[in-house]
Amino acid sequence: MTTMTTTAPPIVQLSRMKLLAGYLRRNKSLGIGLGIILLLVLFTLHGMVTVDQARAYPLKAKPKQPPGILDFSAEAWPGKLPMGSDFFGRDMHAAMVRGMWQTALIGVIAGAAGTLVGVVLGFTSAYFGGVFDAFIKGICQILTPIPVFMIQIIIASSLDKRDVTIFTMAWIVVMLAWMGPTLVIRSQVLSMKERQFVSVAKLSGVGNGGIIFGEILPNLLPFIAAAFVSQVFAGVFSSFYLAIVGLGPLREPLLGNIIWGAQSQGAFFNGWWWWPIWPAAAMVLILSALALINMGLDELANPRIRRTE
Amino acid sequence: MRLQLILRRVAFLILVVWAASTITFFIPRMSDRNPIRERFAELARTGGFSASDLEVIVESYNKKFGLDKPLMEQYFDYIGSVAQLDLGVSLNRFPKTVTEIIYESLPWTISLLFVSAILSFVIGNLLGAIAAWPRAPGWLRSIATPFIMFTGVPPVLLAIFLLFFLAFRLKLFPLGQAYSTGIAPDWSFGFVLNVMWHQVLPAISMILGSVGGWVLSMRGMGITIQGEDYVNFAEHKGLGGRVIFRDYYLRNALLPQVTGFALALGSLITSGSVVESLYALPGLGSKLGQAIQANDFMVIYGIVLFITMSVATLMVLVEFLYPLLDPRIKAD
Repeated sequence: MTTMTTTAPPIVQLSRMKLLAGYLRRNKSLGIGLGIILLLVLFTLHGMVTVDQARAYPLKAKPKQPPGILDFSAEAWPGKLPMGSDFFGRDMHAAMVRGMWQTALIGVIAGAAGTLVGVVLGFTSAYFGGVFDAFIKGICQILTPIPVFMIQIIIASSLDKRDVTIFTMAWIVVMLAWMGPTLVIRSQVLSMKERQFVSVAKLSGVGNGGIIFGEILPNLLPFIAAAFVSQVFAGVFSSFYLAIVGLGPLREPLLGNIIWGAQSQGAFFNGWWWWPIWPAAAMVLILSALALINMGLDELANPRIRRTE
Repeated sequence: MRLQLILRRVAFLILVVWAASTITFFIPRMSDRNPIRERFAELARTGGFSASDLEVIVESYNKKFGLDKPLMEQYFDYIGSVAQLDLGVSLNRFPKTVTEIIYESLPWTISLLFVSAILSFVIGNLLGAIAAWPRAPGWLRSIATPFIMFTGVPPVLLAIFLLFFLAFRLKLFPLGQAYSTGIAPDWSFGFVLNVMWHQVLPAISMILGSVGGWVLSMRGMGITIQGEDYVNFAEHKGLGGRVIFRDYYLRNALLPQVTGFALALGSLITSGSVVESLYALPGLGSKLGQAIQANDFMVIYGIVLFITMSVATLMVLVEFLYPLLDPRIKAD
């Protein structure tokens, strides 16, 4: 007996990777930003394997050599200075590799700590309200008109310059950067705790802990991710500014420090253009990638501002 | 505007200035660095006087600046002198006061910041409004796109690249300084032109760095306003595109941007101070940078406090202006 076999259209189960790729193609700024970050990570990882990082410090290479990356003649290569060297005899390639992960480390520490403080403070003040909320909100409001960079200068300049490490830099940034995430998370929690699903949970007898971790926190995740990225941006940005005015850990080849050194030795006047240009280019890539990711995450968190064109 | 609102704003301003001066007072005192001792130890190293004299000098300076008094008494003295805009004396260029140093460098900073703040606000908002305006021709709407790409790039980095390409490579602009070496400052036409010529690159880097932010926020604002009923009504009434754009669309979209202007001032001043020292312009930022290099703590604290107070005051002033622009919030 022949049965009519209805051939149902096969349900194509897209793999997670394909879904992600598809989403990144739609959310262009997120895709491009992540792409740039990936390239920078590859550069740094490749450098960490192939370059001796001790050469990132003074007197390790022949000083003031122009970049050899475009010079294919045989005599340029035994010295191996693809990005040149600076006045102090630092191999720029090694300095860039080291400076890159140090900058990233400051950004990630500052981002993680700032976001954590912001989430905890914003959450508790919005959820429980009352005097504590008024106190936190008041402090944030008073501190907002004060340019953070100026206070960071005060902190960094009252430290002994020999004691400043990349970790101190990260803490200086965190101390004054928790207000932003606190206010963002606070306003989100304030609007979320009035939504119906929270009331339903409350009526069905879910406790405070259950509502916070089971109901509100999962819905906050995109906002927390966006706050984290903008904190990393702020961390990289402020530590860069501090380093460029000479308040960074002076021994380390942090990207801002390299530019500060180049500036104080008059690199452009003397024609050593590659010295400030490499770190500046890297910084542009890092900061624009973070800004793009932030825009992309905004789009992920608020579907309403999705491209209207 | 009600008196109560004004009073509340002024009280807030005083609170902000108090917080800033308290922070600048206590943070340095938490560290064990002694500015005066460091300064004179440096002088002693380069020759001059013996180590035993050093103690006497430090002692007498501590007495002169009142650093031997109890901490709280010092604090109240300090708050009192800040209220009179007395920011102390430079350790490096003694007996010059910090206030004098600020006054001599202020015109440079104000001119650069004023020009770049106004121009970036106007250019950014106009481009952003056009980018969101569906009736504008395509090429006009796409002018804004390259500026958006600069959003994440701080003016300092743009300054480095402009220096490299336009000043170092193409030699179109000077490599820094306020005016060419070898000419004496006066009010002649040639000198003023020379000064302005030296300000072009710093101003461009400041403007390019901040236009993108305005474009983005204005475009978002513009998209929201297009859906409003009064814009639809104006269209159905048969008003011309130009009138709708100017009176119905731009004017309303600009309102929230004015508040943003106050917030942007802080970051503009921050970037400006670093851009200035990059171009060796004799403004506040360069003075701050030099003071950091020379460990001239009084100047560092004084300039930081001055900038903080100015930003806070400007923000409150903009909030006062806001009700004049938006008649709706006059009542509350």
